[in-house]
Amino acid sequence: MAVVDLKDVKKVYPGGVEAVKGVSIAIPDKALCVLVGPSGCGKSTLLRMIAGLETISAGSCAIDGKVVNQIGPTERDIAMVFQNYALYPHMKVYDNMAYGLRNRGTPKDEIDRRVQATAKTLELSHLLERRPRELSGGQRQRVAMGRAIVRNPKVFLFDEPLSNLDAKLRGQMRVEIKKLQRELGVTSVYVTHDQLEAMTLADVLVVMNGGLVEQLGDPLDIYEKPASTFVASFIGAPPMNLLSLTDGALLADGTAITATAPAGAAQLGFRPEDADVAIGAVASVNGISLPAVVEGVEPVGAESFLYCAAGGQKIVVRVSGRSAANPGDALKVVAKPEKLHWFDSSGKRLG
Amino acid sequence: MADTVQATAPSRGHDKLMIGQSAVSIYTAHAILILGIVVVAFPIYYTFVASTHTLQTILRPPLPMLPGGHFIENYSEALFGGVGRIGGVPVSTLLWNTTIVAFGIAIGKIVISILSAYAIVFFRFPFRMFFFWLIFITLMLPVEVRILPTYKVMVDLGLIDTYTGLIVPLIASATATLLFRQFFLTIPGELVEAARVDGAGPYRFFKDILLPLSRTNIAALFVILFIYGWAQYLWPLLVTNRNDMNTIVIALKKMVSFADADTEWHLVMVTSMLAILPPILVVVFMQRWFVRGLVDTEK
Repeated sequence: MAVVDLKDVKKVYPGGVEAVKGVSIAIPDKALCVLVGPSGCGKSTLLRMIAGLETISAGSCAIDGKVVNQIGPTERDIAMVFQNYALYPHMKVYDNMAYGLRNRGTPKDEIDRRVQATAKTLELSHLLERRPRELSGGQRQRVAMGRAIVRNPKVFLFDEPLSNLDAKLRGQMRVEIKKLQRELGVTSVYVTHDQLEAMTLADVLVVMNGGLVEQLGDPLDIYEKPASTFVASFIGAPPMNLLSLTDGALLADGTAITATAPAGAAQLGFRPEDADVAIGAVASVNGISLPAVVEGVEPVGAESFLYCAAGGQKIVVRVSGRSAANPGDALKVVAKPEKLHWFDSSGKRLG
Repeated sequence: MADTVQATAPSRGHDKLMIGQSAVSIYTAHAILILGIVVVAFPIYYTFVASTHTLQTILRPPLPMLPGGHFIENYSEALFGGVGRIGGVPVSTLLWNTTIVAFGIAIGKIVISILSAYAIVFFRFPFRMFFFWLIFITLMLPVEVRILPTYKVMVDLGLIDTYTGLIVPLIASATATLLFRQFFLTIPGELVEAARVDGAGPYRFFKDILLPLSRTNIAALFVILFIYGWAQYLWPLLVTNRNDMNTIVIALKKMVSFADADTEWHLVMVTSMLAILPPILVVVFMQRWFVRGLVDTEK
């Protein structure tokens, strides 16, 4: 229903702290855009600027083609889901959902129709007469969602909405949010620090760091071609293995790598699942083949993680099923050349 | 959070002793409590006994320990007949005056302090902290300290012997403002923002969110302030000259003469009983809210 267009948005707090240092993102209509990054990267500030809860220091924010810099949150026609739900504790679930509509002067029967319909979608119908404190965490989360949906806004804003739920519920709600968002077709901005949430939810993924956009695009593209070592280590769990190189062909401790590095390569990266282990002599490979010592094994059922030391640096290898390796074993970590990522000395991707 | 409702429900009877608690310690505790109640309640009982005897019985010691037969006579004389030593004003007038003053002070203090706390906590305006500190330092200026200038102002405004004169100078309250401020500061910022996104302006936020959340605080404060207003002594003494504008506490003082024989003790006792009744009623009826206001945080 609306395109959200951020142009060179900056946030400077009184006292000179620059929380957001010039961010431009165009979020297409009906898309779910996830802002992900470590704490303090400016993602929440950016969301709050879209919401109108923070003033925009420089640049412009447009919703549905209209610049909203000077407009308050009420008139922006957005709805927000907060981290701690922010339900009105003294109001019943029904009134929590109806409050925003009442403030907009919606007719009573229209309010009732919309609240009942939303409650049905979210399976809240039997809880409408309860108060928030009588609800479980997951139910409160649904009510917070309902309060946003019932208003039928142009944009949904989610501020780490699942971070207070337990792992199982978080997984369920994640799927549900994605489904709902797709059904309703409302442009959404979703802030999280959880890379798994970011990967699974995003139509457009924005990785932020230090108030700037590190990389923006399709989540799988970002996963497969991280633009910098920061993105490489932030997206994916366990993170990408990064090994520092000297002269482009040797690890820091002098171990030679067989693969040919592009000019200027300072770091070599490969995903834990793109590597494999081989015990004993290995036929010549044209990727890499690093002698490594197993330091720890983490079997998690469907797969196992091998924590190894190679060339004086730590690497993780994911092998499917159980692993026969034991701590102390010497083995070779091999990876194919097309699975290798190269970064220059400033951390930027090469090739 | 939801299950704390269960956890805080009081356990009934002696079947749920605390660990390490014996029956003996329970009886001891009760004995001490009962002793305390006797010490506190006996003077009140004795006042009640005295209020049901004739003046002659009271003046001829010892005073009986049981109520006499003049209850209706004494009470109706005091309430409706008028007491000689205070110019024949009936106690019902005094009760009415004091009720208005106590309600006026309690409600006025709550209204003013909740509004100033709202301004200080939720709005950013120039000299905000200056005003906050200005309110804060008035804590150091109780009525007694500023009584002369205040009296002068009241005289100049012609407010002697008026309800306005009795109420308004006592209405500003730094304590209540601070109390509300502390409560407002515990309201999560997200709630304020959610209300803003939901289209609630400052007035609606105050009316729909803040006031309902402050209910228990308001109730607790009302109880305290009502009793404070009811028991005011110095200010009503100064600002009222006419007997029919006295509050009950002042009238009670005036009723007692230095010469024992002039004092209509049976009426003094009746007035004393009537003077403590309304505060007791307020506490009894608002106790549930009062306690919740002191312990509950409904957020």
